[in-house]
Order: sequence, then structure tokens, then C-alpha cells
Amino acid sequence: MVSRTSFRAGLAGLALMLLAPLVVHAADDSALRSLLMQFREAADFTEKTALVEKLAAQDHPRTAILLKALADSRLYYQADGDRVVIGLNDAPEMTIEDAVSGEALGQTGKRELDRVTANNRLRAMIENLLASLGLASADPKQRRAAVESFLRNPDPAGVERLKARQGVEPDKKIQELLTAALALVDLASEDATVRAPAATALGGWTQPEIRGPLLRAAADDSDPAVREAAKIALTKTEFRLQMLGWAETLFFGLSLGSVLILAAIGLAVTFGVMGVINMAHGELMMLGAYTTWLVQQWLPVNWSLPVAVPLAFLVTALVGIAIERGIIRFLYGRPLETLLATFGVSLILQQAVRSIFSPLNRSVATPDWMSGTILLGPLEVTLNRLVIVGFCIAVFALLWLVLQRTRLGLEVRAVAQNRAMARAMGVRSARVDALTFGLGSGIAGVAGVALSQLTNVGPNLGQNYIVDSFMVVVFGGVGNLWGTLVAGLSLGVANKLLEPWSGAVLAKILVLVFLILFIQKRPRGLFPQRGRAAEV
Amino acid sequence: MVLPRWLLADRAGLVLLAVLAVISIGIPVLNLLVPPDHPLHLTAYTVTVLGKYLCYALLAVAIDLVWGYMGILSLGHAAFFALGGYCFGMYLMRQIGTRGVYGDPVLPDFMVFLNWQELPWYWHGFDLFWFAALMVLVVPGLLAFVFGWFAFRSRVSGVYLSIITQALTYALMLAFFRNEMGFGGNNGLTDFKDVLGFSLQANETRIVLFVLSALALAGGYLLCRWLVSTRLGRVLVAIRDSEDRARFLGYRVERVKALVFTLSAMLAGVAGALYVPQVGIINPGEFAPLNSIEAVIWVAVGGRGTLVGAVVGAVLVNYAKTWLTGALPEIWLFALGGLFVAVTLLLPRGLIGLLRRREATT
Repeated sequence: MVSRTSFRAGLAGLALMLLAPLVVHAADDSALRSLLMQFREAADFTEKTALVEKLAAQDHPRTAILLKALADSRLYYQADGDRVVIGLNDAPEMTIEDAVSGEALGQTGKRELDRVTANNRLRAMIENLLASLGLASADPKQRRAAVESFLRNPDPAGVERLKARQGVEPDKKIQELLTAALALVDLASEDATVRAPAATALGGWTQPEIRGPLLRAAADDSDPAVREAAKIALTKTEFRLQMLGWAETLFFGLSLGSVLILAAIGLAVTFGVMGVINMAHGELMMLGAYTTWLVQQWLPVNWSLPVAVPLAFLVTALVGIAIERGIIRFLYGRPLETLLATFGVSLILQQAVRSIFSPLNRSVATPDWMSGTILLGPLEVTLNRLVIVGFCIAVFALLWLVLQRTRLGLEVRAVAQNRAMARAMGVRSARVDALTFGLGSGIAGVAGVALSQLTNVGPNLGQNYIVDSFMVVVFGGVGNLWGTLVAGLSLGVANKLLEPWSGAVLAKILVLVFLILFIQKRPRGLFPQRGRAAEV
Repeated sequence: MVLPRWLLADRAGLVLLAVLAVISIGIPVLNLLVPPDHPLHLTAYTVTVLGKYLCYALLAVAIDLVWGYMGILSLGHAAFFALGGYCFGMYLMRQIGTRGVYGDPVLPDFMVFLNWQELPWYWHGFDLFWFAALMVLVVPGLLAFVFGWFAFRSRVSGVYLSIITQALTYALMLAFFRNEMGFGGNNGLTDFKDVLGFSLQANETRIVLFVLSALALAGGYLLCRWLVSTRLGRVLVAIRDSEDRARFLGYRVERVKALVFTLSAMLAGVAGALYVPQVGIINPGEFAPLNSIEAVIWVAVGGRGTLVGAVVGAVLVNYAKTWLTGALPEIWLFALGGLFVAVTLLLPRGLIGLLRRREATT
């Protein structure tokens, strides 16, 4: 019930939001139009100043846009009509839109238009007005942007506005930012007794606009008390920066780890559960990535991934089943031969892709909803990496459910533990083998979709991951999904922790050397399989 | 001439040695004495290519010793090959002297280019031929011994060992790609001028290198053949067939394995050292995991556990590679991949196995 009512309320809200500008501002539009027309009659800039103030007082969604256009000298009258337009470019045939409604009006020659002129005083005034409009905006994002633009360009004229806003600002974060902005102004004060507490208040802010002045104050302020306060404040900032750095490293490590897990988790099924070495695993990932590319040739980029994931699973699962039925089933119990045969398959797949799609890399586009950055607390992270971490967790959870909660999973585990006994109980082991291999291969394809968002898609994509993913499986302990998870994450984090100290390539080498040593010490991995299956 | 019994019993080996003897006399004759316009004349290029095959064959023999007789599938033997090659390449690099592009009497060109002021410590001594020749054996051998000692003592075996040998060569490849390592980074070592004062461009030097490769292959073959006919050789086969049983019978399995693995790595190093002056370059690409696996497939094609098969496989596959990459470059990887699949599925005993079976049935 609760969800239904809230859903209804949401719908109603949505409808209001859509209607609001139409209903409320229908009347205001004409007032705005006549106000704009008065600019034409304005004799001098004093009159225009008054008009600009009137314009800013209008509660209309286009107010900010109009002021900006006026400051940029992009506001025009149509010479033969009474319409005010905004020029969108500077071509001789200018693209214009209606100033009030924003309706696109096509292109007009520059001669048909009269520019509304502005001088520098007017522009400075408009900038201030825009800042206070931003501060007063109902949207917290715009308010934050207004304060941040003040930080970049602290203008004494804006101080009063900030102070006024500080009294009424409901958002706690913006309130803090406002305090910092005002402290930044105080830091430039003549009075040392004002500067010292301001420096203290600025501690912990990592923005370069705040840290820079603070660093200067700590270095060469005339007053020793201010220098001291700035130094103490800076230690706070540095500590915070360091913590942010660690958090960032950790996130990069998690992100790399989840890529490793995605690459290794399919192997954990084929190698771990079935004991089959599939050297073509990397090439199956490559096929998944190419599937994504193909889907993007047909579908808009934003919709491609939800289609590519199941399709890649299907394609690579079928290829995997073909490999199992055609080659691997003749080689059970001869792991070294399996290794060689599947390596041959990997060469064939590589060359096939090279012949069909050309040896050049293909660029796979990132959908809008995956590009850009997002704030996780104080940490700014790229959205595609975050999505891939989530995707990795989802794939892992799904695989876990399939293996633990479905009939197929039960049969897979039974065959893995004791093939003869499982057959005696009526499990068709040949079918289970094919399906398990298909499952592992399908997951490789899904991993390929994720990889296509991070790296170049080319015929060598798989080769770069095959050694790594085998190491993850072996490190975690063969036949243990959780081991793969822990191993992938810890290797990813270890790699990224080493990187700043040693460089990317050396970090990779060090991790490999560590793994080689680790396997000597514990040949069965972190979490060895126990019980009868382990002795085979 | 009296031959030891282990050699007399090995008919295929005698054929191989006879062939090697014939070519190491015949090919110099065809190259040096037959006039260039005669149809039987062999160009210096062909001699070099054949010499390259012989180096590959020696690498294949080294792999067959550990895989065919001891059951260790090493996917990192190209690393030992490349290390031997780098050791000898360093000697050739020091021989360039002032003839390099920058004319520095001590530093190789790439170090001058990177603005290095003095030779790194590990480059010292490589201006002496005997030291470099010794290092060709010591460096791969030492790595193989340390690696093998730890791996075999912890009883890492089967596919696990294969995977970590692959990781080893992969890590070495990444390391040698780094300029800071001091081995020329991406470009490797190249632009060699002469060896022991003989120009590498001269026909005669190439002939001598070819004959040396043939001798090294014959020597490597005889060493391995002798080894597998001794009591130690029997232990090897016992380990391959049942490691636990060999251990319970009282053999120190890990010592035997480490010893033979080291010997095999040294043979691979020698092959690499002979390879470098003939092709004129050594770069980190030689460490690529694909190279090691390709070498394994030579052995599989010829028939593992036969030693002669390794030589046959290496020469045949590489001949096919030279021919196909020239004539139909698109097809080569298809063919190689197909070869992997076909040999494991249809020819588990290789070409030699096929011949032997035919002999047995007739």
C-alpha cells in the first residue's frame, strides 16, 4: 500500500512539475516581453541599469538566461518586428531563438537584427545579480555552484549577499561552504585579528581556491599569529588530502579488483569447478566485447548495454559449448593436452576476429548514464568504474545463486565432487559438463562487455587478461568462488597501492613475483578445497 | 668406430646425427663453393634461416627433456632462451665500441640516448667472450634452479606449474620492456657488428655460426639421449608416470626435477645465444608467453618423449611458419591454432609416434 500511494504522489508531483511553468508563467511572459521592449527606448545606460534591476526582479525561469545573454551582447531585436531574440552563434546567418519562450526560430541574417548594447558597468552589475539569483535559487546545486563561483573569483561586492544568504540557508553543506567563502574574504582583510581566526576556519578545505591562499598566508603573512594559525589549519587540510588520496587508491584498487574478478570468475567455474584449463577464456571475453561493439552499430549507445549483456552471454556460451563438445570432452583427465588444445582455439578466435573486423581497435562508446563523475561523500569517482564495481557484485551474486540454488548448480557441484557417483544417481554428466562450460564461457562474455567500457576493444584484448585471471583463480584457491572474490579484490588493491611507489609496470611485476612465491608456499591457494575432491 | 650401446640402440638418433653431419658439411659447400648463379647455390639468407631452425630445434630438445621424460609442461622455456640470447647480445653490444651512432667507447647507444653516465654493474664483464659464454649457461640455469627448487620442493605440479612458468616469462617480459632495466627496453639489443673480431655480415661468419648451431644441437641431443639412458633417466620416467611412487621408493624427486630442469634451461640458453648473432636482434618480445607455447607445440607435433621428434617438429613447424607468413599471412594463426587442436586430439604421440606405429604393424 505504502509504495502505491507514494507512487501516486510521485506521479502527481511529476505532473505539477511539468505543468508549473506553463500555468504560472503564462501571464508573466507578456510582462517580460514588454519589459524587454523598453530596452529599445532606453536613452542611456542609467536607464538600462534600472531596467536590468527590474528584469532581475521578475520571477521567471528565463530571467537568468536573459541576463546572461545581455551581458554577452547576444540579445537582439528583430528589425522588422517587436520580438526580442537571443543569438546562439556568431555566423553571418545567425541561429536565433525567442528570448522569452526559448522557441527556436531558425536562421536570420545579421542585418535583420539590432543588438541590445551593454557596457562594462552593466556587465559587472549583471554578474552580481546572477550570483545572487544563483544564491537564491530553489535548486541546491545552483546555490552550491554560485558559492563555488564566488570562491574562484572572490569579489568584495558579493560579501553582503553571502552574509545575507548564510542567515537563511537550509542546506548544512552549503552553509559550511558559505562560512568558508566568507572566511576566505576575511583572510584578505587588513586586520590581523580578523585574518587569524579566518585562517583557522579554512583548515580542512581541500579546494585549491582555499588551500592556495592558505599556503600563501602560512608562508608570508606579515603577522606571526596568522602564519601559525594558517600552518595549523594546513596540517588539517593535508591530513584530509591524504585520507582522500588513500580513499581514491582504495577505490581504484576495488575497481581494478572487480575487473579482475569479472575476468577470473568464469575461469573459476571452468577451471575451478570442472578442472578444465581454458586458455581461450580471454578470447571469449574478447568476443563479448565485440558483441557490444556490434550491438552499438544497431542500437543507440544508451540502450546498447542492457541488450549487449544477455546477447554476449548467449554468444560466448554457445561458442563455449561448441568448444566443449568439439574438443574438450575428448581430453578430460589430460589437463596439459586440454591446455594446448584450448590455446589453439584462442589463436583461431584471435585470427578470426582479426580477419572479420580488421586488426585495428574498435571504439566502443560509453553511454551517457555511465560517463562523468559522481561525488561519493568527499570523493569524486568516475561513474563507469562505479557501475562496473556494482556489475561485478551483481554477476558474482547471480553466479552464486545459480550454483547454490538451482537444479543445474546442484548437478554441477555433484559432478565436480564425484563424477561416478553423480552418474549413478542419474545425473547426465556429459550434459552438465557442456552446460557448466557454457556458463563459465557466458560469464567471460559478460566480463567482455564490462571490459569494452574500460579498454580498447581489439583482437589482443583477451591475451592481456589471461595470465592475470589465472593468477586470481589460483591465488584464491581452485574450486572456491569466495576465494576468487577475495583474491581479485586483494590483488587489485595491492596493485594500486604499489603503483604510486613503484610505477604501474613494476607494480604488476611485483604482484606476479609475489604470486609465484605464494604458490610455492601454498600450492592450493588462499582457501584450499577440503574433503575428498581435493585429493583427486 | 665403436659406439656406446645407448647410442647404437637409438636408430632414429643416428639418422638425425647423420643428417646433421651431412648438412654441416653440405651447406657450407653449397654456399661457399657452388657459384652464385648455379641453381644449387644457397644464399646467406637461407643459411641463416636454417641456422635459426637449428636453434629452435635445440630449444625443443630442451623442452622435450622436461616435458616428455619428466612430465613437466613448462610454458616459460622461451624465457631461458631469451635470457641466454640477452647474455650473448650484451657481449655483442659491448663489441660495437665506438662504431655506434653516438660513438661512446663504453656505453651502448640506448644508454647514451637515455642519458646514462656509466655502465650499470650487471653489464660489467660482458666485454669478455668467455664471461658472456659462461653467463649464457649460468643466468638461465640459476633462474631455473632457484625457481625449480622452490616450486618442486612445494610440490607444485601439473597445470599449476605450467601457469606459474607462464607468469614467470610474462613478468620477465614486462620487466625487460622497461627502459630502466638497462636492456634497451622496447627495442632490445641490436645493431651488432662483429663477434670475436669476425664481421656478422660476412658469409663465412654466418656459415660458422650455422655449423656451430648444428654442433650444439648434436651435442645437446647426445647429452639428453645419454641422460635418459642412464639410471637417472629411468628415475625421470618414473617421476613422470607416478611421482608419489617414485618418492615412496626413496628417490629425492624434487632434487632430480630441479637438476634436470636446470640442465634443460641451460640448453635453452645456449640455443638463444646462438640464435641472437644469426638474427641480429633480441628484444622483450622473445619473452612473450606465446613463444613458449609455440615451442611446446613443436615438441607435440614431432612426438614428445622421443627427442628426435622435437627436432623434427621444430624444423617442420618453423618451415611451415616461414612459408605461410610469407605466402598467406592471414592463414598462419589459423594453421597454428588448428595444429594445436589436431595434434592433441588426433596425434597424441606426434609424427614419430605415427611412424613407429606403422613400423610395428608392418
